[in-house]
Amino acid sequence: MAGIVKRFPGVTALDGVDLDVLPGEVHCLLGQNGAGKSTLIKTLAGVHTPDEGTITWDGTEVTLGHPQAAMDMGIATMYQELDLVEGLTVAENVFLGHEKSRFGFSQRSAARAATRELLAGLGHPEISPTAEVGDLSAAGQQIVSMARALSRKARLIVMDEPSAVLDSGEVERLFDVIRQLTAQGVAVVYISHRLEEIRVIGDRVTVLKDGRTVATGLPAKETPTSEVIRLMTGRSIEYVFPERGTTPQDEPLLVVEGISRRGEFEDVSFSVRPGEVLGLAGLVGAGRSEIVETVFGARRADAGTVTVGGRRLRPGSVDSAVSAGVGLAPEERKSQALVLGDSVAHNISMATLTRFSLGGLIDRGAESEAAQELATSLELRPTGITREIRTLSGGNQQKVVLARWLLRGCRVLLLDEPTRGVDIGARSEIYALVRRLADDGVAVVVVSSEIEEVLGLSDRVLVVGDGQVLHEAPATELDEHQVLDIIMRGDAA
Amino acid sequence: MSVETPRTSEEPAGTQEMAAPAATAGSGPSALSRFLGGSATRNLGLVIALVILCVVGLATAGERFGSFDNALTILRLAAVVGVVSVGMTFVICGGGIDLSVGAIVALSSVWATTLATQTMAEDIHWIVMVLTALLVGGACGLVNGLLVAYGKVAPFIATLAMLASARGLAELIAQRRTQIVRDRSFIDFFGGSVIGIPVLVIIFAIVAALGWVLLNRTTFGRRTLAIGGNPEAARLAGIKVERQTAYLYVLLGLACGLAAVMLMARTTTGTSTHGQLLELDTIAAAVIGGTLLSGGRGTIVGTVLGVLIFTTLTNVFTLNNVDTSTQNVAKGVIIVAAVLLQQRLAARRRST
Repeated sequence: MAGIVKRFPGVTALDGVDLDVLPGEVHCLLGQNGAGKSTLIKTLAGVHTPDEGTITWDGTEVTLGHPQAAMDMGIATMYQELDLVEGLTVAENVFLGHEKSRFGFSQRSAARAATRELLAGLGHPEISPTAEVGDLSAAGQQIVSMARALSRKARLIVMDEPSAVLDSGEVERLFDVIRQLTAQGVAVVYISHRLEEIRVIGDRVTVLKDGRTVATGLPAKETPTSEVIRLMTGRSIEYVFPERGTTPQDEPLLVVEGISRRGEFEDVSFSVRPGEVLGLAGLVGAGRSEIVETVFGARRADAGTVTVGGRRLRPGSVDSAVSAGVGLAPEERKSQALVLGDSVAHNISMATLTRFSLGGLIDRGAESEAAQELATSLELRPTGITREIRTLSGGNQQKVVLARWLLRGCRVLLLDEPTRGVDIGARSEIYALVRRLADDGVAVVVVSSEIEEVLGLSDRVLVVGDGQVLHEAPATELDEHQVLDIIMRGDAA
Repeated sequence: MSVETPRTSEEPAGTQEMAAPAATAGSGPSALSRFLGGSATRNLGLVIALVILCVVGLATAGERFGSFDNALTILRLAAVVGVVSVGMTFVICGGGIDLSVGAIVALSSVWATTLATQTMAEDIHWIVMVLTALLVGGACGLVNGLLVAYGKVAPFIATLAMLASARGLAELIAQRRTQIVRDRSFIDFFGGSVIGIPVLVIIFAIVAALGWVLLNRTTFGRRTLAIGGNPEAARLAGIKVERQTAYLYVLLGLACGLAAVMLMARTTTGTSTHGQLLELDTIAAAVIGGTLLSGGRGTIVGTVLGVLIFTTLTNVFTLNNVDTSTQNVAKGVIIVAAVLLQQRLAARRRST
């Protein structure tokens, strides 16, 4: 792959990526969240068509118009979010899309036999080909996903964080399989955040950052960790972060004590003072979103308490959190925060409807006046509030979500990935806005995968890994390398 | 995802300035339609369809179609379907569906015309029959609503079950006999006219007007569209999604009770065969009227026009002696055509 460029509306996800993979090697792909790894492998799998650049396969330039084309050529992909059909059996999943059949009738026994063979080869003969995939554990599903890739007789297998759901013994077996495959000349693209795994299994490393290749063909065994981290961090562009105010010394407004959710996070405690910005740093899957959603009551905690201004929130009740003055700008803006087909004004007033109504009738004048006022003060572009929200850019959509809670007069604001899909200009505005809110006495919690963002924006930082708080420190006492180091060491444990 | 990284070292301000004019240009041509509320242009299409239908009616059936009496006949037929369609619009806007409306109408009509109810009505007032029908309809709606909102049963399944059991219960109560409404004053009231306009039509008009206000001007309507448009976003904005969902089915149940009363007056009977295929007519009316089956968007005006188009079509066919089987085929074709057209329009709107 050479010079791959992929643009999405509003963002350039890949901006000149080079990757070359040799037969029989394990090529590791490293990069922070949002560096473009997922987009790259989707391009390789034929899901995305690159806007620029070329893909060369076995000496000839090819166009991968759709996933089937990639599979036919011998490229199989194991996605991070498992793409199995839960209601079907293991064998049916393995041969999904290329069912063994004769004259249109499926040959179920042949498929079962072939599946049994594949699973045995993977060291998991205990998984029955007739079991329903939904009944298997996450690790079991991972194995099925791998069997599927193998069933394609693939010559290149892309594995997106295959070890994330496996325990150490299972990882060992995974490595055995990978070694077998490479011995047969199959190439593997291996994505993982765990550096020590890359040392064990990898041959060469390519590092991505901000949608570009910053280093390629590094020897996986010898390149020092500090060098890898240096390549992953640092940025070609500097963000403008607003200046911090003086750290307030008031009583904490939001107090979270020992909240846990089985399988997601354990014994998390923190507190935020009015006027303070607390950052949660960590990788995707570390449990950050789960933590803030639990604080908000969108998920119900198994244990622990959340109090706002001395008032204890009812667990699992969004209503209780909202009436205590908590607001959430969720991670998935489009699916969790916005009614896309509706207008800007309606999206802003969604949490405040009763304020504009008398006996259920909405005073639309007052509603649009308030919405317009906020749109102007947040410099929403375009400023029209009757526009459908889907026509706005990511950054402006995020401003609308913030406006919703500003209108409500929130005391505690939880921001989950506030700048995802937001272009650089609007980012600085959102940073400034967050700081302004804090200066007005709001307690803010910011979650972000971009360590630099957490460090630049927050007063205090919690480093989260594998559902646990690994470290807590003032933002000024940490730098990106340290945080990444804490996370990667934490992951290893 | 990742940051936009301009290769040339442009200042952030530059990017913004570029974005602004592009956005203004985009709002240019469709500004009028947006001002009209977006749906207005689509409703205009429905009005045109209705006018064409009337022209066809006049051309083929002449005076028999064009008479004032025939117009009233159409409206009277439209009234019953219309009242339920308004309720159906709310449920569909809220992201649900109700297949049991016909059965609920049947059950309400039967319950309100049992010997016991009618005797009680004789003693007190015919309003007892009305209240009974509304109560039965509302209760059925409440069961649907509770099952869907709190039982997390798929609306399709919950209301399918209600369809079967409500009609079954109606048959049990009526013992499959047609129950005659004996109260003359009831029939006189609902079957009568005020300044030449049938009371049934007036009721339809009032329900439609109230429905319009409820959907467009109240927190109830706004919440309905929010939970239908994006239930997760609504929940995270503090809206009580379950409760709102339950209300919608109760509302539709009440509309069914009212429709049962209207049907009892029009046919002077209560029977378990009332309201057959009403679910088809009402869902079709809503969909033709531009209500999005996936929820979050819909208009009362569109639904009313949908009902009128459907009823007028039936009338034109009947006047031309087209048998009902052929009519049903034509209806099916029209529903599909309307949905296909709707999708095209939606796609075009999204691309501008």
